[in-house]
Amino acid sequence: MAKAAVKRVALLLATLLLVTLLAYAAFSVIPGDPTHTILGLDATEEQIAALRKELGLDLPVWQRYVNWLTDFLHGDLGKSYKFNMPVADLLAPRVQATLTLTAVSFALIVVISIPLGIVAARFRGGFVDRAITVLTQVTMSIPNFIMGIGVMFLFALVLHIFQPTYVSPEAGLAAHLWFMFFPALAVALPKSAMAVRLLRGAILGELDKDYVRTAYSKGNATGAVLRRHVLRNAMIPVVTFLAMTIADIVAASIVVEQVFTIPGLGQMLITCIGKRDYAVVQAIVVILAVVVVGCNFLADALYRVMDPRIDGR
Amino acid sequence: MAQFAKKALLLLVVFALLLTSLCACAGGTAESTSEPTAAQSGELPKTDPPTQEPAEHGNSVTVGIAQDLDSLDPHDSGVSAGTSEVLFNIFEGLVKASPDGGVTPAVASDYEVSPDGLTYTFTLREGVTFHNGAQVTIEDVLYSLKRCAGSENEGTPMIPAFSIVGDISADEEGHAVITLSEPNLEFIYSVVEAAVIPADSGDTIATSPVGTGPFKFVSYTPQDSLVVEKYDSYWGAPAYLDGVTFRVFTGESNTSAMVIALQSGALDLVIHMPSTFKSQVEDDFTVLEDTMKLVQALYINNAVKPFDDVRVRQAMYYAIDVPELIQFVCDGAGVATGTSMYPAQKRYFMPELAEAYPHDVEKARELLAEAGYPDGFEMTITAPNNYEQHIQAAEVIAEQLKAVGITARVETIEWGAWVSDVYQGRDFETSVCAISASDMSAREMLVRYASDNGKNFINFSDAEYDDVVGRAQTTLDESEQMELYKRAEEILSEQAASLWLEDLCELVVMDPKLDGFNFYCTYVLDMSTIHYK
Amino acid sequence: MRKNWYLRIGGALSLLMLIFCAVGLFWTPHDPSAISAADRYALPSPAHLFGCDALGRDIFSRVLQGAAATLTIALAVLAIGAVCGLVIGGLCGYFGGAADAIVMRLCDAIAAFPSVLLALVVMALTGAGRYHLIFALGVLFIPSFARLVRGEFLRQRDLDYVKSARLMGVSPLRIVFVHILPNTFPVLLSGLTIGFNNAVLAEASMSFLGIGVTPQDPSLGYMLSEAQGYLLKTPWYAGFLALTTILLILGVGLLGEGIRSETGVEA
Repeated sequence: MAKAAVKRVALLLATLLLVTLLAYAAFSVIPGDPTHTILGLDATEEQIAALRKELGLDLPVWQRYVNWLTDFLHGDLGKSYKFNMPVADLLAPRVQATLTLTAVSFALIVVISIPLGIVAARFRGGFVDRAITVLTQVTMSIPNFIMGIGVMFLFALVLHIFQPTYVSPEAGLAAHLWFMFFPALAVALPKSAMAVRLLRGAILGELDKDYVRTAYSKGNATGAVLRRHVLRNAMIPVVTFLAMTIADIVAASIVVEQVFTIPGLGQMLITCIGKRDYAVVQAIVVILAVVVVGCNFLADALYRVMDPRIDGR
Repeated sequence: MAQFAKKALLLLVVFALLLTSLCACAGGTAESTSEPTAAQSGELPKTDPPTQEPAEHGNSVTVGIAQDLDSLDPHDSGVSAGTSEVLFNIFEGLVKASPDGGVTPAVASDYEVSPDGLTYTFTLREGVTFHNGAQVTIEDVLYSLKRCAGSENEGTPMIPAFSIVGDISADEEGHAVITLSEPNLEFIYSVVEAAVIPADSGDTIATSPVGTGPFKFVSYTPQDSLVVEKYDSYWGAPAYLDGVTFRVFTGESNTSAMVIALQSGALDLVIHMPSTFKSQVEDDFTVLEDTMKLVQALYINNAVKPFDDVRVRQAMYYAIDVPELIQFVCDGAGVATGTSMYPAQKRYFMPELAEAYPHDVEKARELLAEAGYPDGFEMTITAPNNYEQHIQAAEVIAEQLKAVGITARVETIEWGAWVSDVYQGRDFETSVCAISASDMSAREMLVRYASDNGKNFINFSDAEYDDVVGRAQTTLDESEQMELYKRAEEILSEQAASLWLEDLCELVVMDPKLDGFNFYCTYVLDMSTIHYK
Repeated sequence: MRKNWYLRIGGALSLLMLIFCAVGLFWTPHDPSAISAADRYALPSPAHLFGCDALGRDIFSRVLQGAAATLTIALAVLAIGAVCGLVIGGLCGYFGGAADAIVMRLCDAIAAFPSVLLALVVMALTGAGRYHLIFALGVLFIPSFARLVRGEFLRQRDLDYVKSARLMGVSPLRIVFVHILPNTFPVLLSGLTIGFNNAVLAEASMSFLGIGVTPQDPSLGYMLSEAQGYLLKTPWYAGFLALTTILLILGVGLLGEGIRSETGVEA
């Protein structure tokens, strides 16, 4: 068992290594030399050669990769030539913004989907269930950015309880989270709809199983059965789903950040693709990749811990 | 046992992930104890505007700007108009821009130009202090001027116009003296760009800018905001506002985002609002109108086929219906120019050039046929994606060019990429944009098209033109200079070096509670006069 | 058997939207790029069903053409993803072995990433443009189909009909493509509906972000980003665009749900 765990961690590390290698390789094949960007068009050959040496561009590719990776692990993500500052400094507040948005969205999904899923299953086939089914089906079909525009229209323009200019944590944590609540809503609603359906299906699936029937036959009240047995088992696929969706939440955040002009990783990614500031793009891709791979690993681990029936293989 | 190992491992991973995210957060939240609002709730200005309602709105405003700041270094010649108009509030030169397009003494209390146009002598103003509290000394002034002239930069002037500077020194009475290597009557306009900064600030100026202006720098977050607060010891008329936040809106659909931010109350002031959005805001906001003092043009790369043929360029000029374009882009409020000068530059503006190429599809077709393109050709119009006016103009122009058989593809690129590819790299076919004048001199708008000028991004090359602007720069006879510059404008028009279209309309959208906005003839956003009613 | 409302409503809605999009490919009431100073900001009217935009272009025509473009891109992406995924998944599932393990590991890695994120990166590398977008999304859609098909092949290859075919000496390739393939259609069909929606979503998101589009070519996402600024005074501009996009996704989503409950296939 412990051996299996070690194996999974090794696999995780291998995946992460693969991801960094891909990210590095992808942005190394791009034509164009950063020295031109830095020195301008009128640079002399000697200036270029000197800068290439300084930047380590004269080394073979694999060596550059090793150097880059070593620096990366030490927190040195390179330098942004367009913003003229270290990438790490540039990205630190953005990582915070995006992760906060992701975290608030995730919390919203949990808060919205679990009660609704249970209610829908509890009143299976009834009016409430049907209403929820229709609602979730429609909500699922709304792209995040359209949801964002809708949220903005309702809360900023009609109700005036929200202003779509970024409030950084320096202005106070409460104000920051209150601001984040609205874009998080745009990220969370479509995902919540999927989670509700999944949970409803899982609960109904459990309800049909023998042990539940046995519990009923023993005279247990519905509510008690739901709580004691069904929920526990039905939560397994839902928790996995939730953990797996973190990747999607991050992706949705990128788009929604653009709607609400949040200076997060997504906005930076798009800006830097436009500016062709590849050091930054590379760093963002690696950061996001690590988050995604890490979350998937976590989801997998959670699944195994929660459901002992799955063997470590 | 196995169960335990699994759980322990899981805990470890969760802990590690939490730790990473916490580390990432620490950077953002560590300074959360400092309160940027403290400065804004400070005492009211001594010269109180009529009625103060600090309880309702505080005494600070948030301004939406359509591009990120290129650099906070005031001497960085790469900065665009959108950056320099904001930095105007922090930095001042020996002289600074006045609303009528001239110059007014700032850090210098007075200046004198020798009759031969070679020596400029500045008397320093008493009691001017930097935002760090230090007195401005002659050393600071000399340092700043020398930095602009290139002594810091291996001889390459940071401000191109300073390339004609021969010597910078102080005389016995402590005056700053600039001696030019060739006579120039317009050099005083370039002194505006030479902001006075503390001696030896070097590169730190770009990260922690210290100037002498009415507002001092508080913080800057790339792609997000620039915060400034009132500088209490300002030598001149103090600002009314306690603080200003410039909020950056970049990229695709940034104008839409600004409109929504205005409507929701997050922004108090937006300048350069495209007139297409006027109907969205005019009911609830004060909308001030003027011309933008910015000539929108279809810039043409004269060095690439088929645009190296003057007939092709002229044909395109004839094909474009400028009045219709003004209808679309400016709601009819723009002014056709036909030259890179705008009407406010009264001395040099030549209204007749606006008539040089009336809309004439037949003529355009003839010229194209002569040039060997009877069926037109395909071309690309590049436009910066953060300026709605330019994107729209590009779309309209593309439609108008269809009538003469030219298929134009509109491509939008990020502002930074526009600067590096089109403006600096000259890698484009045609581009809709507008080059601003940092001052009212004709030099600024015309000398750049001399064939060997570093700013000649359209690769225009004409022997007569080079000769004319060369003579215009050195002559000491003002009327001769004016005639030469006008001739230069005519050549640009005859050669259709690029298609200068119209002086855009300027819309300033402002919270109705605000007042005191001043239009300048150059690209300046003066926040010091703005106050709550 | 109870009525399959999902299938009915989804089918009807999908058909409706399909016709809507298909019409846009061949005909629009006005030239979608024709500008007209007189019609700027025209309100919805019989002549201009959805009104006109800031350049006086007919919004309905632009929506039609934008929807057509979205549909074309989504179908092209789906075609690339499904065909390649089918071949890769089929071969991997039937033959297994080390190649299977490696390919699937790679697919897992790619599929773990959200397609919009990956597409953004690929576009950063290849440059903007519709064909690049189709190529980028198409390639990114391969893994999900490959995994789907592989799973189904794994299940089917040990079923009796395959075993007997093998005993009769049918060539493996023939078994893969002639015998098993048709039996994977229910799974594939449901996968296609999900893939279609993901493709529409990705295309709309990318064009909303302004990546891979030009302002001249109408596309739902780009127009929506434009419409944002007119939200307060002319909300129908954004409204019509949003509605078109949502209905397109909703219809196919319901259809997929219907197919799943009809065939008993799990998503």
